[in-house]
Amino acid sequence: MSGVMKRMGMIFRAKANKALDRAEDPRETLDYSYQKQLELLQKVRRGVADVATSRKRLELQLNQLQQQSTKLEDQGRKALALGREDLAREALSRRAALQQQVTDLETQHATLQGEEEKLTLAAQRLQAKVDAFRTKKETIKATYTAAQAQTRIGEAFSGISEEMGDVGLAIQRAEDKTAQLQARAGAIDELLASGALDDPTGMAKDDLTAELDRISGGTDVELELQRMKAELAGGSPQQAIEGGTGQGQTQQQPQDTPRFDKQ
Amino acid sequence: MIVRIMGEGQWKLADAHFAELNKLDDELLEEMEAGDEESFRRTLGALLDAVRRLGAPLPDDALEPSELILPASEASLAEVREMLSDDGLIPG
Repeated sequence: MSGVMKRMGMIFRAKANKALDRAEDPRETLDYSYQKQLELLQKVRRGVADVATSRKRLELQLNQLQQQSTKLEDQGRKALALGREDLAREALSRRAALQQQVTDLETQHATLQGEEEKLTLAAQRLQAKVDAFRTKKETIKATYTAAQAQTRIGEAFSGISEEMGDVGLAIQRAEDKTAQLQARAGAIDELLASGALDDPTGMAKDDLTAELDRISGGTDVELELQRMKAELAGGSPQQAIEGGTGQGQTQQQPQDTPRFDKQ
Repeated sequence: MIVRIMGEGQWKLADAHFAELNKLDDELLEEMEAGDEESFRRTLGALLDAVRRLGAPLPDDALEPSELILPASEASLAEVREMLSDDGLIPG
């Protein structure tokens, strides 16, 4: 007896496997098809060989007949030389019968030769096609393997192989969390800048220090103005500097100002 | 074992806890088959609570396959039944 938990888990896995296996492996189909083409090519080649053998046999027969024909012609000539016209006529009539056979065989030979040429051409074309198919097949197989690997990786990340959209939700949550942390970091920066938060690194200033800085900044300008006026009035620069340092001391920033901690 | 609650995340549980979880899980299935929505919701809540209580949550970015999967806490009886039917979860 399996409860909801197990059944859901099993269904998820089964579905994921089905999604992967749904398409039959095209690599096997391609290999099978190539095998079939090779077999066909083999048959055509065997056909060409058979025809060639028949042609050769015919050629042998023709040769024999030609020899016999020549022999009968010679015999006829000899018989005539010996004054045996009857024998000569017999030889020539046999030769005529042979000649008829030769003509028949020659026709057959020509037909076979034509057949053989056609088959050879077909075999060559088929060979070229099968070669091209083999190259294409290997390319497709490589592409498919790569695509399959990519799909598996993609599925692992998007969660399709496993819990589908649910892992997507996990990633979404992780992203949300990151955005939240970033927003929080932004807010903290603002709070630190306003002095509302204490900065443990000591980089930011509390509001009192900030105010004092602002005031002393203003005084520095006044100080500078005074010194310039003194210079223009023809006073020695020594005096001006002395006066400046004297006043500057009173404006030094208090380093031990008590800090507000609003947290 | 790793258990996923859909929409929430994954929890890692020691095998020792499975007797308790299985009992609730079987109850849940019975209630689903009986069509008892009220009991189904109660048991689902109890089961999810048990997983959250007994298990240690996995980080959000962990990508580990879950051995067991539970519906989201707001899932209705009809939705769970749909998911468990043959065409549920992933269409096709």
